[in-house]
Amino acid sequence: MPLLEIKNLHAKVADREILKGIDLTINTGEVHAIMGRNGSGKSTLAQVIAGRDTYEVTEGEILYDGKDLLDLSAEERAREGVFLAFQYPVEIPGVSTSYFLKAAVNAIRKHHNQPELDAVDFQAMVKEKMKLLQMDQTLMRRAVNEGFSGGEKKRNEIFQMAVLEPRLAVLDETDSGLDIDALKTVAHGVNALRGPDRAILLVTHYQRLLNYIEPDFVHVMLEGRIVLSGDRTLALKLEEQGYDWVEQQVAQSQNA
Amino acid sequence: MTQLMEHKNTYLSSFAQLQDEVGGGSHPWLERLRKNAIERFAAVGFPSVKDEQWLHTNVAPIDRTPFRPAARPTDVPRNALAEFSFADDAAIELVFVNSHYAPELSTLNPLAKSVRVSTLAEALETHAERLENHLARYADVAANPFVALNTGFLQHGAFIHLPRGVALDRPIHLLFLSAASGEPAVAHPRVLILADDTSEASIVETYAAASGGVYFTNAVTELVVGNGARVEHCKVQQESLSAFHISTTEVRLGRAAFFLSHSASLGAQLARNDVNVVLNGAGGEAMLNGVTLIDGNQHVDNHTLLDHKEPRCPSHELYKAVLDGKSSGVFKGKILVRPGAQKTDSKQSSKTLLLRDEAVMHSQPALEIYADDVKCTHGSTTGPVDDQQIFYLRSRGISLEAARHLLTYAFLAEVTGRIRVLPVRQRLEAIMADRHGLPQDLRVAHIA
Repeated sequence: MPLLEIKNLHAKVADREILKGIDLTINTGEVHAIMGRNGSGKSTLAQVIAGRDTYEVTEGEILYDGKDLLDLSAEERAREGVFLAFQYPVEIPGVSTSYFLKAAVNAIRKHHNQPELDAVDFQAMVKEKMKLLQMDQTLMRRAVNEGFSGGEKKRNEIFQMAVLEPRLAVLDETDSGLDIDALKTVAHGVNALRGPDRAILLVTHYQRLLNYIEPDFVHVMLEGRIVLSGDRTLALKLEEQGYDWVEQQVAQSQNA
Repeated sequence: MTQLMEHKNTYLSSFAQLQDEVGGGSHPWLERLRKNAIERFAAVGFPSVKDEQWLHTNVAPIDRTPFRPAARPTDVPRNALAEFSFADDAAIELVFVNSHYAPELSTLNPLAKSVRVSTLAEALETHAERLENHLARYADVAANPFVALNTGFLQHGAFIHLPRGVALDRPIHLLFLSAASGEPAVAHPRVLILADDTSEASIVETYAAASGGVYFTNAVTELVVGNGARVEHCKVQQESLSAFHISTTEVRLGRAAFFLSHSASLGAQLARNDVNVVLNGAGGEAMLNGVTLIDGNQHVDNHTLLDHKEPRCPSHELYKAVLDGKSSGVFKGKILVRPGAQKTDSKQSSKTLLLRDEAVMHSQPALEIYADDVKCTHGSTTGPVDDQQIFYLRSRGISLEAARHLLTYAFLAEVTGRIRVLPVRQRLEAIMADRHGLPQDLRVAHIA
């Protein structure tokens, strides 16, 4: 059974249809990349998978582990192992990263009938993951994302992913705004989490990230649909030639 | 109109009674004070919503209720104050019931050198001259009818004197409990605090209900912070949800004095607080913090004034409110920078979370600046809990209810985190954590 199966997914915000029939299947162990221009609907897809309720799904379905994902609230999805690394991580003044992450870890553990982690075990677990992402130790005492640089916020997302150990991680433009060193650190963190029990969906604008996180599949999104899929050489071709040829190819097939 | 006259007359006849009781004593100045004040009140009566200062707070329900002077109940058990008492965390704790001093409920620890904490009545015997020099010199009966009413009935309350250079390491606690009896009663507690030059102390006023019911607390506090003195003042209002609470806190700051104020409003069906701070000496600093946490049909109105008279005074103000149910709030913060007050650096911020669509906030900053080399900023935000923040927390597995609760708690904790008097901070944060009826394991604890 695939981990994620999206069938003919349509979604709108206000009265504007953004996703116009997405089909996508992801198995555990796989890394998929979705590429496309701004406004093609990539981020909307990421948010719909995570359960953002500002988008209304009008048609189609998402099966996660064979179950109807659209039936679950955002928090239930998270507890079932769906994780979204935000394109724009949100600042939460007054709530320390430590408190926030412990609440998240224990909400997920409770869902799986596991005992809550106490402060000592939590600290030990977190320390290891911080090393992986080369996070500063003071981070845990700081309010969530408050006053973080763009790069720190992105690293913090992958750090959270490392702590929460999701089965399906959706990374929404995690590479944007990162310099090359930060990009390598983030990629290192993501690669460390690759494994046979987990799948990763990378949403990205540029090929650059894919030099460091090699995807098994690359999809191109255009106006709310996946119009082309291939292996990672497709990403290289997009980098060299841009998206115009994809548009032309789609237009031709529609005319044919 | 006849109704209004009638209940004004209730106060006037109560005043006549008071005069019979205490009048003609050894303090003609005090008698004059009361008489002038009650005459002022008789002339102006209760304010109406046509008065700009009372635009959003209608005190007609106070006017309509025939409040009688609160009697001293004898049967208030010690456990009625357990929730509010600091016990030995306080340097001294004076307990008042319906504004009458209750020595048997108070904690009278010995105080450091010549620090004076007593009832007003006792201070009239021992410190008559100081009282005459300061009492009612700051809270202006002409500026506020409720101050006039309080001054007209000036009798019960507390006097605190911190001599030069004295520093207390534990807070002074004045606990005003109200125990409602059959008929609606009014109390006019009065506090005078004199912190002489370079003294340091934290002073807490708690206004709380020993039992529910309709009553009216009309409090006035005058506080003089001498040159180089440092005073933290906390006022915690936890009146009964049927009660009315009106308070005025008048503060005068000397040269290089430091004043830190926290005002928490949790109780009462209608509450109005005026905090007026005059920066009377160069380099004085004032920080005003406010927390309002209300629900149902409660209404809380906070008016503050930062009156910069002298140069180089920083002032910083942060008032936050969380309004649930159909509750309503008012914030009016005025910063007045007088011609001599160059290099004033004043920052004001009012932020409100509306947990329900029916809740309403009126927030109005007012800057009046008559000096040209100053820095004054103000900001005001009112709105629901941020959707993006909620989604972010939910996307990590935290439930909607827990996310709302956590964000609400964190919103107020920014203010309570500034309270240095630990028992006050803990009491408020425990109340914040208790709201919304979340199961224990989802409640916020040790957030920072």
